[in-house]
Amino acid sequence: MIIADRKPIHEILEMIEDCDRILVVGCKGCVTVCNIGGAKEVGILASTLKIARKKEGRPLEVDERTLERQCDPEYLDQIKDVVDQYDAVISMACGVGPQFLSEAFPAQRFFPALNTSFMGGALQHGVWSERCAGCGTCVIHYFDGMCPIARCSKSLLNGPCGGSASGKCEISKDVDCIWDKIVKKKMEQGRLKDLLAVRPAKDWRTSRDGGPRKSEREELVQ
Amino acid sequence: MTDLKSESRLEKVLRAGHFAFTGECGPPKGANVVHLKEKVSHLKEVVDSVNITDNQTAVVRMSSWAASTILIQEGIEPNFQMVCRDRNRLAIQSDILGVYAMGVRNMLCLSGDHQTFGNHPQGKNVYDIDSMQLIALVKKMRDEGKFMNDEEIDVPPRLFIGAASNPFADPFEFRVHRLAMKIEAGADFVQTQCIYNMDKFRDFMKMAVDMGLHEKCYILAGVTPMKSVGMAQYMAKSVPGMDVPESLIKRLRGAGKGKVAEEGIRFAVEQIEEFKEMEGIAGVHLMAIEWEHRVPEIAERAKVLPRPQV
Repeated sequence: MIIADRKPIHEILEMIEDCDRILVVGCKGCVTVCNIGGAKEVGILASTLKIARKKEGRPLEVDERTLERQCDPEYLDQIKDVVDQYDAVISMACGVGPQFLSEAFPAQRFFPALNTSFMGGALQHGVWSERCAGCGTCVIHYFDGMCPIARCSKSLLNGPCGGSASGKCEISKDVDCIWDKIVKKKMEQGRLKDLLAVRPAKDWRTSRDGGPRKSEREELVQ
Repeated sequence: MTDLKSESRLEKVLRAGHFAFTGECGPPKGANVVHLKEKVSHLKEVVDSVNITDNQTAVVRMSSWAASTILIQEGIEPNFQMVCRDRNRLAIQSDILGVYAMGVRNMLCLSGDHQTFGNHPQGKNVYDIDSMQLIALVKKMRDEGKFMNDEEIDVPPRLFIGAASNPFADPFEFRVHRLAMKIEAGADFVQTQCIYNMDKFRDFMKMAVDMGLHEKCYILAGVTPMKSVGMAQYMAKSVPGMDVPESLIKRLRGAGKGKVAEEGIRFAVEQIEEFKEMEGIAGVHLMAIEWEHRVPEIAERAKVLPRPQV
């Protein structure tokens, strides 16, 4: 799923500096699962903003909504009837949300409450870790299900580099060296030869480097 | 002796069977040409070639290609280092052509320290290709006369291709295989990470020799003299992939006040003497960090002077 973190409250307050009435819109997709932009977090943000503005002596009126998904136009209609009643709308979805909302309701202003971080999963409750860089050409079958593009600090296809020490990456002792894991798994399973041929340079066109991407499936397009 | 791959002096020294002795110099943090010339002047005729580092430890310095050309003006052969951190394949290939056009004949292909180490941690890292692919690219440009995209090169760069090897990084068992891959990719010579743990290095070299790697590539052992106990402790604790045994730190500490640097040099000289005899070792790469002026003395004491005329 897409993992995000909430922006510092002062940043959000700055965005809505000139507003008296706002709508906070959550999303029941990824950000609900990673506990950062669902109905509960929408409630917390709304209260926090109200309290902060009350302290300043400039009360803020805040309404709350949480959509099925903000990345799908069919669900955006859920705020159609109310969207123009506010000075601005804060989206608690990933970066896709405020953009889809802006496109659906061009007359309104939409601000992001989250910093969208990465595609990953939960290691334990409250801890998420990156797994995919969305490069558009998956290579993890070569590496026993581990992605060096997303998980090696240098995205090496022929690792590990000389900075790998005791299973950790040179950038921090808190970061695992994924190449250490790849090599060790291959060794344990007697398949080290899989790694002995030099892997050629990657074609990054399918990644962001090829420009903004679009996926079109003919059988679904009407 | 088969045909030379380049017009590199280092290649000629190695091909002739001499024990090579290379040095290193970091470009200045500025455009201070006078300082650069002063530093490298100590290395002239003392080493066969001088590595010019490329924004080492991810700290911005004068570009390695520019500093390399200054060395050429000074009559010193540079070993141009290039890291994959800062350039994509377009910049890499154009810089390769550029340095060759300016007279550079050796190139060391590296991944590079991650930019979080340096003084611009906010920067975007590139890593379009990795060091292994860089080696293969330089070989392709030289031997096939083609760019990465298979287009013809009008006057291909004939470079003597170098790679680095760190026998002390993990997983240790894989390190010799990674060296073999770099040789397979096209490395003509290899310079190792600074060696302090001699036992581990002997094990590494035994594996390399058993695999016949020394017959396919010239392996130069990396030596960096310790200047102080503090430096040894810093390297032991804070430099990833560096192996400084406690026994060496003890030895340096035991030298007593004012004598640690001398003990560091003595250890380096002992190392060089051993490398001369070690099977599979074709030379030494001396990285005297900000200690270029001590290199002539170390070379003298290690009996690697005069350098062969080739």
